Amino acid sequence: MAPVTPAPRAEPERGPALVAFLLRRVLQSIVVLLIVTMITFGLLRMIPGNVAVAVMGPGVYRDPAAIKLFNATYGFNLPWYQQYFLWVGHLARGNLGFSWTLNQSVASLLASRMSKTVILVGISTIVALVIAIPIGVIQAVRRNKLTDHVFNAFSTIFYATPAFLVGIVAILLFAIKFPILPPEGPQGEGFGSVITNFSALILPIGTLALITIALFSRYMRSSVLDNLTEDYVRTARAKGASERRVLIRHVLRNSLIPIATLLGLSLPGILAGALITESVFNYPGMGYLFYQSALKQDYPTLLGFTVVVALATVVGSLLADIAYAVLDPRVRYVSS
Amino acid sequence: MTLNLPPGPPPGPESSSMGLATVTTEPAAAAAAAPGMLPAGKPRSAFRRGLDVFLENKLAVTGVAIFVVMFLFCFLGPVFYHTDQVHVNFAIENMPPSAAHPLGTDANGYDVLGRLMVAGQISLEVGIAAAALATIVGVLWGAVAGYFGGVLDATMMRIVDAMLSIPTLFLALVVVAIVTPTTPILILVIALTSWLTTSRLVRGEALSLRVREYVQAMKVMGGGGTRAVLRHIAPNAIGTIMVNATFQVADAIALVVALSYLGLGVAPPKQDWGGMLSDGVQYVYDGYWWLIFPAGLCIILVITAAIFIGEGLRDAVEVRLQQR
Repeated sequence: MAPVTPAPRAEPERGPALVAFLLRRVLQSIVVLLIVTMITFGLLRMIPGNVAVAVMGPGVYRDPAAIKLFNATYGFNLPWYQQYFLWVGHLARGNLGFSWTLNQSVASLLASRMSKTVILVGISTIVALVIAIPIGVIQAVRRNKLTDHVFNAFSTIFYATPAFLVGIVAILLFAIKFPILPPEGPQGEGFGSVITNFSALILPIGTLALITIALFSRYMRSSVLDNLTEDYVRTARAKGASERRVLIRHVLRNSLIPIATLLGLSLPGILAGALITESVFNYPGMGYLFYQSALKQDYPTLLGFTVVVALATVVGSLLADIAYAVLDPRVRYVSS
Repeated sequence: MTLNLPPGPPPGPESSSMGLATVTTEPAAAAAAAPGMLPAGKPRSAFRRGLDVFLENKLAVTGVAIFVVMFLFCFLGPVFYHTDQVHVNFAIENMPPSAAHPLGTDANGYDVLGRLMVAGQISLEVGIAAAALATIVGVLWGAVAGYFGGVLDATMMRIVDAMLSIPTLFLALVVVAIVTPTTPILILVIALTSWLTTSRLVRGEALSLRVREYVQAMKVMGGGGTRAVLRHIAPNAIGTIMVNATFQVADAIALVVALSYLGLGVAPPKQDWGGMLSDGVQYVYDGYWWLIFPAGLCIILVITAAIFIGEGLRDAVEVRLQQR
């Protein structure tokens, strides 16, 4: 019997399907962003009263010419659909609006605040991942044992604790009772002053990370549990791989793939957590400014930031989906 | 598709309860048909088995107990423990706990224990009502999108995607900045920003339910889309919906707390637990712990309880689904 040389396995052609998938996904994201602008514009229209009066004060009622000039300058005399297209046109060119309360363009406000939020969210997410992944794995391996229950209790309690309470308790403990860290976030303007004052950043990062860990570790636990029941685990064990090798080389690697999606999905939640954390620690990032704008009813800033945050989320989940499709060859790019 | 249905009158209004009745008995019948699934003796309903699983879960039972105690505390408590929660009394502001005021008084001279009760009423009311409203909107939205499919589904789901991409807290802050918050408005705002995950879940269920035989049979008999959504899709997804609604309560309470902390909750003299915390935080450097920890504990307890109940319900529903 002549040995049969195995025919080269026919690799399914992924290229065109992947491109089609990416195209559809990008198109979807653009539609979603357009709907975001419609929702935001709808909110803008919900604001009671006259914008001119809101900006220039009630005294302007005595001067109808001024109101007319204001409306003509900013396009408020146009029909609503023209206002919408005008606004979207400006958005597309990067003009996010002008904050009359702060007398500054929303884009410049964003530029000065965004790096701070990115530092806070970025570092705390990395910290949370580094801590949550091992916890999730341990919980899954020791499922329904004491370790699992203890971590489960902690993650539930931290999930249930309002972010600001975590922050306040952190201040009480590490800034007042044992004054080792400053109670406020770095106050300086710009990127450099934040990095050089890193000790002030520890409490905000710790607060945001604690809340995120609670979210991530639960997800990781169920992801590992799902993978432990897969056939390839049985195959690896049958081939004599040690339990440690099965866990690290096979299960962990596969369980990490959904984390890409998780990061995309949890971005809105993390940004909301950042808003609270920034408010507690008086840290002048995007979230804190958003909150201040809500108190001062600074609508241009609120709406401009809403669009930017939505853009970040949409792009984030798009990247997550792409990463998922590239990492996991089992993903089929057929529409549901 | 089976077309050999027994001839009979088309479903009229008198048989309108049929939908629900069939739904509840169907899993039980399926389980009874499966051999070895039941102990010898009286066959038990799917609901009973789910209930048994739920009751075996100690955390879930603890969660229910916490909820009941909190309800009694907030709604019955003021009947037995009279305090003035309207008139400010600066003569007794920020008093530490004493015999007259077991949990001290706050900056306005309100008794903190009594305040916890009244504030809890608002937190629980807003949390539960918002979750209920969000569930109704989400179920209808998801069921309609999933059942009808096509362009309608795509459009409805892109709207959900768009709203999901704006963090709930951000959206709620914008709305609350535009309209002055009262209890009904808070309920509406929170409901309108948190029905999205429900609608996604229900859409998924609807996609799988709409090809089931009984839905097809109903279509053959001339049933319309409204009937399918209200009588078949929504009731059959009830397990998923209930589990999700419980988690919604937890999230809604957390959102009210966050809004109140940011100073955008209900207007004084009314207050919820988040508002109490927010006020107490101003005295954090003075060591007035009784202004922070009792309210914080109430929030953590209620949200944890809701999560435990939700997890217990999920296990119970999964047992039911496995046997379907």
